[in-house]
Amino acid sequence: MSGPLRVLIVDDEAPARSRMRDLLADVSAVLPVEIAGEAANGREALRLAQSGEIDVVLLDVRMPGMDGIEVAQHLQKLELPPAVIFATAYDAYAIRAFDLHAVDYLLKPIRAARLQEALSRAVHNIAPAAALRDLQQAPRACLSAAERGKVHLIPVEEVLYLRAELKYVTVRTAAREHLIEESLTRLEEEFGEIFVRVHRNCLVARAAIRGFEREGGESGEGPWRVVLADLEERIPVSRRQQHLVRELAR
Amino acid sequence: MARSINHNANTGALPDFRNFGILLRILLVVNGVAMLAALLQVRSVVQWPAQFTENAALVEPLLILSLLVLAATEGVLRRLSYPAAIFAVVAIELGLTVVLHAASRTWFFVEMHSLPRWLLIVALTTGMLLVYFDLRGRALSPALSEARLQALQARIRPHFLFNSINAVLSLVRQSPRRAEAALEDLAGLFRALMADNRELTPIAREVELCRQYLDLEQLRLGDRLQVEWHTENMPPDALVPPLSLQPLLENAVYHGIEPSEKPGTVSINIYAARDRLHVVLRNPYRASGNHHSGNKMALANIRERLQLHFDVAAELTTKVGEDTYEVRIVMPYVKARQP
Repeated sequence: MSGPLRVLIVDDEAPARSRMRDLLADVSAVLPVEIAGEAANGREALRLAQSGEIDVVLLDVRMPGMDGIEVAQHLQKLELPPAVIFATAYDAYAIRAFDLHAVDYLLKPIRAARLQEALSRAVHNIAPAAALRDLQQAPRACLSAAERGKVHLIPVEEVLYLRAELKYVTVRTAAREHLIEESLTRLEEEFGEIFVRVHRNCLVARAAIRGFEREGGESGEGPWRVVLADLEERIPVSRRQQHLVRELAR
Repeated sequence: MARSINHNANTGALPDFRNFGILLRILLVVNGVAMLAALLQVRSVVQWPAQFTENAALVEPLLILSLLVLAATEGVLRRLSYPAAIFAVVAIELGLTVVLHAASRTWFFVEMHSLPRWLLIVALTTGMLLVYFDLRGRALSPALSEARLQALQARIRPHFLFNSINAVLSLVRQSPRRAEAALEDLAGLFRALMADNRELTPIAREVELCRQYLDLEQLRLGDRLQVEWHTENMPPDALVPPLSLQPLLENAVYHGIEPSEKPGTVSINIYAARDRLHVVLRNPYRASGNHHSGNKMALANIRERLQLHFDVAAELTTKVGEDTYEVRIVMPYVKARQP
């Protein structure tokens, strides 16, 4: 690797970022590092990570809005995902999980020597996607789709339905469609409170359901279809899930 | 001299005759005895209520008069040694019985049993109650020393400690003076946590502690944490269980402020109204599905300690509003004794 290590600092607390700057300055005497940017939240971190070449992201785990684990998952969709080093003050659960998956993390207050050690091996150490999925405790705030090397964030509350295609899942919002590489079953596990399965291949946002209608008009005996807010398209309800029509149509 | 942790300060003490919970217990026990006595007196169960009413004619005036006299002489009794206080209480009870017995003969025209028998019953009931309160005091005493331990355990999330130290470290180079102040706050907070927290403390001190805590949190969270104090009508000498407010603020910050990107306000309102001290705490709240058990633990802990100190006279209630969370503590307004 040529040139200094380009590092992005992500923490919602200003003093914590300032402390990290000091530490990086100390470390730079031994290991050439350069601060490529600072972000106070996950979205900002993703924006910065896409616009500049970042080698390592120092990522706080507990942040409002989008936590560090989720940010790391979205970062992986980048063409050249940066290495991630998590930082946490205290979180018994996260620490156990990090150890289990051999994911590198720093405990606050961070020591300069420990930071240097983590940085020097970070480049070879990219957290496996499965490990991050395991670490995710609460449902993510956003889904992310890789589009032409960029990561596009889709807030979960904007999603109207998720439909499994051959290899992908189509994420439909009022504005457009996205393709993501995830399994519908896993999405159902994660967002079971927000979405309901109306068909073998389709999860529908509970909050977006406006009603149900029969295929072929009011009097028809055809199968039920879901009417969603802001959408012309109708989603068929599978025969097995017909009972949902009664449960949800209130 | 170092005091051992298991030091048991209980050498026998009278119950607080002004505490509602104690009064309630006395009322229940005495009436229970009167009912039992009535049951033993009658030939047939049908006569039981009538006999109880007859007994009540002497029992109830005696009971109410006793409670009034005991509450009135509470201050004097408290200054006596335990054996002397016991003697005084029994003497008061027997004296009142003689007076009422005589009065009932002349004024109520109720056929009463012989005075010696009444004296015996009153002496036995009084003795039984005193033994009961003594045992209860002993049972609660380890609980009180345990309250200290609980206070320590439930207090201060490690999360807060390490984040605060991290924040102080960030100040050391740029603004050493602010780092000094922050470390002083941190020391103050831990001194309070490690103190013997069995005794009640003036609310002004608890508020001071809370301010130190909030200063530390403000250091980390900056503008995200807004604090509103309403303490204009707070009597600074009111006594409260130590660490009854700080853990609630910690909850408010952890659940109300930290999870939000937008600034939020924690408001604390403390005032006295009609011999009751009210502490009302409000913080923003977003129903987010995943509830933390830490919150309930702190609340249960404080509730338990309030009960240890004030029995049923104190209560802690919580209210979840549209986007706010409110905790309200109402407890007796106990004034600190002037030294």
